[in-house]
Amino acid sequence: MADSNSKRMSIIVTKGSLDWAYPPFILSTTAAAMGLEVTMFFTFYGLTLLKKKLDLKVTTLGNAAMEMPMFGMHIGMPNLMSAVPGVDAATTAMMKNLIKRKGVASIEELRAAAVDADVKMIACQMTMDLFEYTPDDLIEGPVLGGAATYIETATKSDINLFI
Amino acid sequence: MANQVLDVKGLNCPLPILRAKKALKDVPIGGTLQVLATDPGAVKDFEAFCRTTGNDLVEAKTEGEVFSFLIKRGS
Repeated sequence: MADSNSKRMSIIVTKGSLDWAYPPFILSTTAAAMGLEVTMFFTFYGLTLLKKKLDLKVTTLGNAAMEMPMFGMHIGMPNLMSAVPGVDAATTAMMKNLIKRKGVASIEELRAAAVDADVKMIACQMTMDLFEYTPDDLIEGPVLGGAATYIETATKSDINLFI
Repeated sequence: MANQVLDVKGLNCPLPILRAKKALKDVPIGGTLQVLATDPGAVKDFEAFCRTTGNDLVEAKTEGEVFSFLIKRGS
């Protein structure tokens, strides 16, 4: 458990796709396990990671470096394939299958671990307004706040990350 | 013999560390936890985890495909 002398880390979480959801939750849970006091600020698409029911997806679009291990090799996933109906759904299914097979935690599991470890979560109020979410849409625990709330945390933190 | 044994074989980063952290809570101060893992990244990670948290990595060894860590709980 973190005490008042512990190091602190903050993360701004701006992306809500399945692949981008991993780094912030892996780092926050690990830092908490290592005794750091951790705050996550969820803004823009990152806010969707706080929704009660997660339905995370991955897209080939804009992921020029995406390769999937298939048939004993790595197959590139051309950006344009994303336009073909069903391709993103198939890519998402493939990724979830890999995640399970390789013993990688689900985002649901990591998020629960973060809540368990008392990671502080701030939901961006402006994003809530912008995309019309209510606190009812979110899991219990996050506090609502804005840029100033985050900056105050960041000034007291040893590590500040933007993901 | 360790006070407790934690089997995280097959689990990937960061689960071995998260599970170990949880398990350490039930180990008395000065007691030991043995962690069995297959994640090669765990080798460096348990060193870093122990250095940062004030726990003592008494022993780290490889037995075939399994990495075994003996952690003595600091405080």
